[in-house]
Amino acid sequence: MCNQTVGLVAAELERHGIVTVALQLLRTVAEKVRPPRALCLPFAHGYPLDTPGDAERQRAVLRAALGLAEAPGPGPRLMEYRGGA
Amino acid sequence: MAKTSDLSLPVRLFLRGYRWRRIDPVPFAALTRPVEQCTVGLVSSAGFVLPGMTSFDKGQRGGDSSWRAIPGDADSSTLIDGHRSDAFDHRGMTSDPELAFPLRRLREFAEAGEIGAVAPHHASCMGAITATGQLVKETAPEIAARFVEDQVDVALLVPV
Repeated sequence: MCNQTVGLVAAELERHGIVTVALQLLRTVAEKVRPPRALCLPFAHGYPLDTPGDAERQRAVLRAALGLAEAPGPGPRLMEYRGGA
Repeated sequence: MAKTSDLSLPVRLFLRGYRWRRIDPVPFAALTRPVEQCTVGLVSSAGFVLPGMTSFDKGQRGGDSSWRAIPGDADSSTLIDGHRSDAFDHRGMTSDPELAFPLRRLREFAEAGEIGAVAPHHASCMGAITATGQLVKETAPEIAARFVEDQVDVALLVPV
């Protein structure tokens, strides 16, 4: 449900001209809901930024997300995160 | 990647019949400046609140669609987990809220010049929303209005 929630908020932000990247923990949900830009993560529910207390691994996920923000349209753009677990 | 097979049987059965809300058409804004110059905001569905804030309603039918504005200079270590779902392991984000609300990470990026600035406000909501009407009609537009007012260029959205 969290994946859908952030995807729906992302769509509204995009309608207001704000570029969004929605992290996603379930690719199947991302494919159904279709947030404009989705970074699919290889992590378990509850662990969207990889490892608690590991700032560098968390930064790596965020850098990938910021990179996807630069992706050209049209959407939906769905990218797999290749770092981490 | 998480899989639906990781979830409990009751949750899997619910999801099997659940009708996901499809975004159609898909809006797509274009970045007008380099990320290094962008103001970045967060939307987290971890259900976090700061001390003194009203908690999310864990008993609301269909899910609590309200949201809380989290100041950009907030200390993320003080965020309190208010997410109602028992379908995921809460231990990671309670031991390190940056895992789901990475405000400190964003401030580090801003200090290092990797982004332009951290938005003055960020959005906290609770993702366990099965009835999405209010979320789409009221909450998302309110968050968007705040982010527009704050001149946010890029929003990163974090589910749990």
